[in-house]
Amino acid sequence: MNEISLIDWIITGGWILIKIVVIVAPLMLAVAYLTYAERKIIGYMQLRIGPNRVGPRGWLQPIADALKLMLKEIIIPANSNRYLFVVAPTLAIGPALAAWAVIPFDDGLVLADVDASLLYILALTSIGVYGVIIAGWAANSKYAFLGAMRSAAQIVAYEIAMGFALVGVLMAAGSINLGDIVRAQEGSLVHWFWLPLLPLFLIYFISGVAETNRAPFDVAEGESEIVAGFHVEYSGMTFAVFFLAEYANMILIATLAALMFLGGWLSPFQGVPLLEPMFAWVPGMVWLMLKAALFLFCYLWFRATFPRYRYDQIMRLGWKVFIPITIVWLAIEGAAVVGGLGPWFD
Amino acid sequence: MAFEKLVFYILAAILVYAATRVITVRNPVHAVLHLVLAFFTCSGLWLLLEAEFLAITLVLVYVGAVMVLFLFVVMMLDINLAPMKEGFVRYLPVGLPVALLMLLEMYLVVRAKYFGVEQMPLPPRHGADYSNTAELGGVLYTDYVYPFEIAAVILLVAIVAAIALTMRRRPDSKYQNPAQQISVRRQDRVRLVRMEADKNE
Repeated sequence: MNEISLIDWIITGGWILIKIVVIVAPLMLAVAYLTYAERKIIGYMQLRIGPNRVGPRGWLQPIADALKLMLKEIIIPANSNRYLFVVAPTLAIGPALAAWAVIPFDDGLVLADVDASLLYILALTSIGVYGVIIAGWAANSKYAFLGAMRSAAQIVAYEIAMGFALVGVLMAAGSINLGDIVRAQEGSLVHWFWLPLLPLFLIYFISGVAETNRAPFDVAEGESEIVAGFHVEYSGMTFAVFFLAEYANMILIATLAALMFLGGWLSPFQGVPLLEPMFAWVPGMVWLMLKAALFLFCYLWFRATFPRYRYDQIMRLGWKVFIPITIVWLAIEGAAVVGGLGPWFD
Repeated sequence: MAFEKLVFYILAAILVYAATRVITVRNPVHAVLHLVLAFFTCSGLWLLLEAEFLAITLVLVYVGAVMVLFLFVVMMLDINLAPMKEGFVRYLPVGLPVALLMLLEMYLVVRAKYFGVEQMPLPPRHGADYSNTAELGGVLYTDYVYPFEIAAVILLVAIVAAIALTMRRRPDSKYQNPAQQISVRRQDRVRLVRMEADKNE
């Protein structure tokens, strides 16, 4: 191998690293301020003010929290499996960040334009469960173990419904590339897939909430019965990494829902006579972020509104309600595709 | 090309290491995790072969679902490996010929005569617009549509059989009837009682 190509490799690698930083750094900031938004929004919903001491209106609270968590001691329980105990948080955050590689932020603005990006996302979100299971097992604690078991069963159950919902999307778009899926929704607000795939859209988002272990599906944490579930033994930065992974996953699910069902970076005023030129200057990334923010707000709203599901109810909903609905809707969609039902499938 | 070779050797080394650890490690949970690592590196190797659909599916199905259930079961079991190793010498006379026979069979099938570089020309490199997923779909749903459907039906039968074999309704187990639960009206559960205010403060 000659030297020129070696330099080429290094330059390419360096560019990719810079792109990764450009994606991950704002993501971390978004995670920090999502926790702030969560505390504020739930606070107002419960007639409280929420954090308001650190900085103006509490704006610096997440920074203070991050600093506190970084400086705290990491305690490793005496009878735990040391190595796996430390590896588990890494296994939780790795897939949560790696999935962002294929997310298109605007037309063509994507780190890796993989052909099978939807499958890649599905594969990566499904291995996020290892962090939870290994954390629960390695801690050698009954509560942690119970949390891990619950989480494993729940994620496997909801992954199937989620996968079927994605099958519906790829049938409608005729592609499993996320960019092509968004381009297939071009037209107007009613061209977006939320309308023809309404049941799949709802099931995808609810399964996403279950997959990220958020309320009302957060039995893996279940403060009232198993303290904090799988991360009960974690402290300091190791705990913070689990937290980061959970919130990064939330943002990921919200962004994916926006990409697949709400037209991604497309303007909602497409095809509207007066409004479309008026909002033409807004970059596509802003639309994507606004749509993702809508779903993130729903996440927080659910948490403030619904009581936690009982475990058997979660299982029933996943296996006996969601999976049959998705299968029926796939058959209906297949008929619509064959019949060329406009304006989506013609 | 050299970089690709480097990646291949790194992945292959990890794969061989992980696969060996699966059968040598003492803790069954560690064994399962090494198997997960083996699957993962294997999917990396498939990516090098431009089989991205198969590589991602391997991670999705085996790492994401099958091994999670494996781990689930292994963690629940309290396996003591010492009694399982006891009969090693006693079973050796049977085990050794079986192992040798399998080795021989594998040698007969996988050897240079059939799989050598002379027999199998290097597959051509495809451009960036080549879609492994589309190729596979095309072949699977046109040329091999009947074998594919037969395999699907066999799998379905296996699922139904597995459920039928394991699902026995125990008479003493309690379960909810959601239809009954949601048909409950307020009058069934809550009674509004009007009480006089207490006067002696």
